[in-house]
Amino acid sequence: MMVDGKPALACKTFLRDYPEGVKIEALAHFPIERDLVVVMDSFIEKLASVKPYLIPKEAKSLQEGEYLQTPAEMDVYSQFAGCINCMLCYAACPQVGLNPDFIGPGAIALLQRYNLDSRDGGADERMALINSQVGVFNCTAVGYCSEVCPKMVDPANAVNINKMASARDFFFRFLPSPDQKGGCK
Amino acid sequence: MNARKPYIRPMAGWWRRNPFFIEYMVHEGTAFFVLAYALELLAGLICLTQGEAAWNSYRAFVASAPVLIINLAIFAAMLYHGYTWFKIMPRTLPPMKAGGQKVAAATITAVGIAAAVGASALVFAVLWFMGRGL
Repeated sequence: MMVDGKPALACKTFLRDYPEGVKIEALAHFPIERDLVVVMDSFIEKLASVKPYLIPKEAKSLQEGEYLQTPAEMDVYSQFAGCINCMLCYAACPQVGLNPDFIGPGAIALLQRYNLDSRDGGADERMALINSQVGVFNCTAVGYCSEVCPKMVDPANAVNINKMASARDFFFRFLPSPDQKGGCK
Repeated sequence: MNARKPYIRPMAGWWRRNPFFIEYMVHEGTAFFVLAYALELLAGLICLTQGEAAWNSYRAFVASAPVLIINLAIFAAMLYHGYTWFKIMPRTLPPMKAGGQKVAAATITAVGIAAAVGASALVFAVLWFMGRGL
């Protein structure tokens, strides 16, 4: 919720740190259902819209075994897998407040988590959403989302990397994709 | 028919709600100074094409006290713009590694600022020597 006007985890906010008193409000940029309760339906829909699951490039039968991954390959995306869906980054993002349809920092960080996964080959499928009216170019690089993130996920980084990916997709679509991963191992 | 009527808070004046947003708006606002200087240089280029008299009057214009003060303000705004630009640079770049370790955000910012200072010094030196006819 909003603690003295700033997005913060209520469970990590202690009254002993506010001897002068504290003002708490419902999480910013979300419709208020009642009191401190916000409507988070749109957030859940945005999470689902980024296809947050592994999309292998080629189907693999059970007999072929599991999809393997090295610690180094996991390290590439583990930062973005740390998201706890607390929505503080949405409360920190003025662009989410101004355009509630923007898919927002958290969902794009989740998208990036799967795009970076060596077992995933679904980056092309997710590109349409990145490029769309509700995609990454709603972001004006305020950067406050990453400041308030309690898990050091750095969603601003995920959004801005995808601006580059979107520009590359627009101008150099005729070139082969730089990322040929997601196949069977 | 849904009986729920969630309240949507207004966004007017959002940038005054948090010191972070004010800093962001100041950073974005300094872009106007960059635009102003670009227009000033463009005016110089147009004067150059109009002949010697126009060029000399442009030179007198930029050497006048009010324009010098304005240019000083533009310079200060551009320094701030450059500093904040490099401050946010680590958030815009793919994660970089050096020697197996992730490069710290502060290092990326420092390298960016150092590169900008170095490039500016180089341009200044070249213009300085060209001005002296060397």
